[in-house]
Amino acid sequence: MYRYDEFDHQLVGERVTQFRGQVERRVSGELSEDAFKPLRLMNGVYLQLHAYMLRVAIPYGTLSSKQLRMQAHIARKYDRGYGHFTTRQNIQFNWPALDKIPDLLEELATVEMHAIQTSGNCIRNVTADQYAGAIDNEVEDPRIISEIIRQWSTFHPEFTYLPRKFKIAVTGHDNDRAAIKLHDIGIVIKQNELGDIGYEIHVGGGQGRTPFIAKKMADFVPKAQLLAYLEAVMRVYNRLGRRDNSYKARIKIMVHETGEEEMRRLIEAEFAKIDASQMLSVPQAEADRISAYFANPAFAALPATSAAMETAQKQDADFARWVRANIVPHKQDGYAIVNISLKPIGGVPGDATDVQMEAVADLAERYSFDEIRVTHEQNLVLPHVRLDDLKTVYDELQAHELATANLGLISDTIACPGLDYCNLANARSIPLAQEISERFADLDRQYDIGELKIKISGCINACGHHHVGHIGILGVDKKGTEFYQISLGGSADENASIGTITGRAFTEETIVDAIETVVTTYKDMRQDGERFIDTYRRVGLDPFKERLYA
Amino acid sequence: MAQHSSKGARFQAVTANRLSDGEVVYLTADNQWAETFPAADIADGAAAGEALLARALPADFELHVLEPYLFEVLQDGAHFKPASVREIIRAAGPTVRLDLGKQADAKQES
Repeated sequence: MYRYDEFDHQLVGERVTQFRGQVERRVSGELSEDAFKPLRLMNGVYLQLHAYMLRVAIPYGTLSSKQLRMQAHIARKYDRGYGHFTTRQNIQFNWPALDKIPDLLEELATVEMHAIQTSGNCIRNVTADQYAGAIDNEVEDPRIISEIIRQWSTFHPEFTYLPRKFKIAVTGHDNDRAAIKLHDIGIVIKQNELGDIGYEIHVGGGQGRTPFIAKKMADFVPKAQLLAYLEAVMRVYNRLGRRDNSYKARIKIMVHETGEEEMRRLIEAEFAKIDASQMLSVPQAEADRISAYFANPAFAALPATSAAMETAQKQDADFARWVRANIVPHKQDGYAIVNISLKPIGGVPGDATDVQMEAVADLAERYSFDEIRVTHEQNLVLPHVRLDDLKTVYDELQAHELATANLGLISDTIACPGLDYCNLANARSIPLAQEISERFADLDRQYDIGELKIKISGCINACGHHHVGHIGILGVDKKGTEFYQISLGGSADENASIGTITGRAFTEETIVDAIETVVTTYKDMRQDGERFIDTYRRVGLDPFKERLYA
Repeated sequence: MAQHSSKGARFQAVTANRLSDGEVVYLTADNQWAETFPAADIADGAAAGEALLARALPADFELHVLEPYLFEVLQDGAHFKPASVREIIRAAGPTVRLDLGKQADAKQES
């Protein structure tokens, strides 16, 4: 894992000191709320319905055991005993007091973490494939370039006041688990015929009020030129992005209004100027230093199969189901990628208690080379677990209610905090996720339904990614009452698509029945081996619509 | 400034969040900020609502509360209650965590 250098330590430390002074001046009345609000937002502090909320950055979703233990400590000392993992691989605390946040940030800095780039119109915390460095057939670990981008973007003087927030995601794999086409910039690491590493760049994706799939702007930006290319995109956006209307200020609107070809021309013209200056290449020694942090851990030479695991699967049906649902093959023989579902039946998607976080930290320390990953689907991952240790890990997860075997299934729902917490929400999301998981609680029924991604947002800002849910649900407000709109056919993977709204919204009382109708319609029409999304793409919206509004 | 009342709202109250911890608070009849909705001063009619909001805006309040706004309340027998789901949740706490927020405090007191 990356470790801070002296500059990182200094800038994070100075930031905490600055914020402490800003909070003191706000409390004393020296700073007005108008002056203070942008400052607190730059430090990840939002005001929500019931309290302040602090969003802590987890760069590219990677945590050490020590760092996760610190989240548990913060949850206990400064919050109400839990944290919420978000759709951008971060963690949020829902109840910190403003005057205690500087102390919180100071403790956070001791484990090389902060809340910088988690809010405001800057380049936000970079996200990446949660299986980085563990999955087979990866071109390169995406965390290397993610860390370089983090260093380039943090406090970049040109890009501190962008027209709107700006999100970058990176994957090094053909199977996109980082939703790169739904980001302002999505990066796919590629290798050309000569064996050189470069980057396919997608620009202008996003969700919110106006969803767009990103347009491919470059097929292969050579490794040495990536920062120059990114800088070119940012400069074009910073110069021409709209500042007159916040609803139209994201780069996706600019790409749409400018047109793909003209956007590409503008970027390439800027890129040519920057690249010619040769000012933005990462020194090889620094690139090597960062790469070394993400080198393979000391894997043991193990057989590809484990007799202990196979015996345990025969003896324990629940363990066997968990292996089937939550375990992903590792690139290294004898190891597995373990997905820890934060979606227990009837639970709050993405929430973990202090005790659960400590349990996962302990497991990572003992069985996964001290590493934990956070997924944008609001789950956790132990990336490098020996097959021989899976049963032990499972038993401990189960003891902490962390062994729900539902990865990628109907109860593995993404849900934003919604109107239970969020100041912007129009409707609640979490209760709906809970009701759906309870309605479909039977795991055998879930396996029969197969892969089905439900994503729920409590407002059009789409933090719950409803636009790209196989089944998307958007909460809307009608005269103070909650209604829910369904969309179908969205996808956030390498075949990304935006869902289509089925029609009029459903009430709180009827929405779960409507979801069941959609699922039943799919099951009635599916052909051999088809997932929900396959059937939908084959038959289209109409059969679902007919049943929903019959 | 946020508005959470319909045009035809008859009864309204003023709410805000406390600066120090973000706690939901309500403007009372004696110009204090109370943590519970039943302590809120209720305005009857649009003009009274505007007057109530004006009482919440003096500069010295900015040292204590954030972004005060009017919201609609409904008469329920001898009592009042917030009209919207949003304000019902603010007055009680998250519906998915009944152990948190004002609802939890109320449970402890009873």
